[in-house]
Amino acid sequence: MTQLSVFINNLLFASAPVHEPIAHSSAQAIMPDPTIHNPSLESYRSDFPILHQEANGGPLVYFDNAATTQKPRAVIDAIVRYYERDNANVHRGLHLLSSRATDAFEGARAKVARYLNAATSEEIIFTRGTTEALNLVANAWGNAYLKQGDVILLTEMEHHSNLVPWQQAAQRTGAVLRFIPLTPSGELDLSQLDKLLTPEVKLLSFTHISNFLGTINPAATLCARARAVGAISVVDAAQSAGHMPLDVQSIGCDFLAFSGHKMCAPTGIGALYGKATVLENTPPWQGGGEMILSVRYESSTYKPAPARFEAGTPNIAGAVGLGAAIDYLESIGRDALRAHDEALAIDAYQRIRALPGYRVVGPTGPRGGLVSFVHESVHPHDLTSYCDQKGLALRGGHHCNQPLMRKLGFPSTSRASFYLYNTAQEINRMIEILAEAHRFFS
Amino acid sequence: MNPDFEELYQQVILDHSKRPRNFGALEDPAVHVDGDNPSCGDEIHLHVRFGDEGQVEDLRFTGVGCAISQASASLMTLKLKGKSKKDALEMLTSFTDVVTAGEHEAPKMLGDLRLLGGVRKFPQRVKCAMLAWRAFEQAMQEASSGKISTE
Ligand SMILES: Cc1ncc(COP(=O)(O)O)c(C=O)c1O
Repeated sequence: MTQLSVFINNLLFASAPVHEPIAHSSAQAIMPDPTIHNPSLESYRSDFPILHQEANGGPLVYFDNAATTQKPRAVIDAIVRYYERDNANVHRGLHLLSSRATDAFEGARAKVARYLNAATSEEIIFTRGTTEALNLVANAWGNAYLKQGDVILLTEMEHHSNLVPWQQAAQRTGAVLRFIPLTPSGELDLSQLDKLLTPEVKLLSFTHISNFLGTINPAATLCARARAVGAISVVDAAQSAGHMPLDVQSIGCDFLAFSGHKMCAPTGIGALYGKATVLENTPPWQGGGEMILSVRYESSTYKPAPARFEAGTPNIAGAVGLGAAIDYLESIGRDALRAHDEALAIDAYQRIRALPGYRVVGPTGPRGGLVSFVHESVHPHDLTSYCDQKGLALRGGHHCNQPLMRKLGFPSTSRASFYLYNTAQEINRMIEILAEAHRFFS
Repeated sequence: MNPDFEELYQQVILDHSKRPRNFGALEDPAVHVDGDNPSCGDEIHLHVRFGDEGQVEDLRFTGVGCAISQASASLMTLKLKGKSKKDALEMLTSFTDVVTAGEHEAPKMLGDLRLLGGVRKFPQRVKCAMLAWRAFEQAMQEASSGKISTE
């Protein structure tokens, strides 16, 4: 073996003891597993105009859905219709269009509330997405309640957007960060919770589905454990909101954040759910129009939630698009979405694992609709570029999970992530392309 | 397969990425530069020993990253070893031209480095090809500023 590949191999496969079992490789058949039920949603595929094109001379296979999903015609049309018929600023004008725009915006809020089974619409704050929602909690709630010596409990598998805001909050307040470690199979090591959940823990924030490992975390259990020590809980639902049923009341979280663009809605819109009793006692973060009751030169009073947390003109068309996306996803059914995406992911996981040269990352199942993998000697960027040349869109990189990847010894990985319009044939195509890539580079 | 892709990832490049030349560190007093592309995680650690006239006496590297970044570093060390300061600078400029602007014919003196001209067709990968060279540029700057302070 050559110097460089020894070097890369050491980095990829040998460094952390926790790593070996997380990456799986075996030499089984690479055929689809007939025991996996794959409920076809293929009839929905034609709803997505963008999918019907060639990419680099082959049919586009879009497997970068964990980064962002494509938009169905119904969502695109809802946004166009809003701009063509209803556009005005909300909550301000005393004219027809303004009241239509306000109805559309508040109607979307009610849809989000129903989608998450929030007790009331007032518990839904529109944000730019997950990142802004988490920053809102870290700033508004964090500045008010965190103090020197408090503990912010996170997990080792957080996306940067559920890590960096807490690092900043810790710097501002003197709180410290603690992390729930992972088991060798890439799940949270819940046996550590007793030790970690001390009375100093004021907040637990965790990802519902890891965008790198595909692990689905036991949200309700974690929130209950946090509650038992008097800590509030925050769920990063970026990878789950568009893929499975979500019920904030049965999860029992205090906050839950998601991004519209990962569930058929446009970019620039997402939401933060906050439990009414918690929002009531949380001061505003940003100041400006829409969030005030009365303003004097020296001071102001603020509206109750959600307006208190929505300073300035919101992304009205985005909210309308999100409402349309929710209608669309509910017409399919979230149990069907979950079953479909997971079946594709498990099929892909097993077949990539069986290919010569490849290793997959994370638990076998249950898992979210994505698979991260590496080739033993081809760098993920070269591999991902190769796939792109065949029309297959994967993500290659650190997936905004740098600390975990460093810990596991991966400089980066390739990732295939699936959504309702992806098909078993597309998985077959990916497997063919990955097998070709193995031959091309060796 | 796209011929541009096959041209970029041809045997010479794959060979240099798998069997990099001048891979390792220099023991003697040498300028040491760490270069990385934070967005993709590629790393090059470059050691260069310059002579009194600023000529490149020896250089070695270690690194991790895609085939383009590692092959570019390997080819670079072969080409730069023993070059005068003037020639090394000229090579840096020509190579930068070839992978960024380069409508014109790549100069002969670049030899196999011309193969990396293919990255022009893949704009996201230009920074991979340039990583080692940016490290070398910095090493030259550090060497000459060091020299000024001792003169
Ligand atoms: C788990 C997770 N959390 C947070 C985010 C951030 O989402 P956004 O960039 O839409 O704010 C992402 C998206 O990449 C994610 O996968």
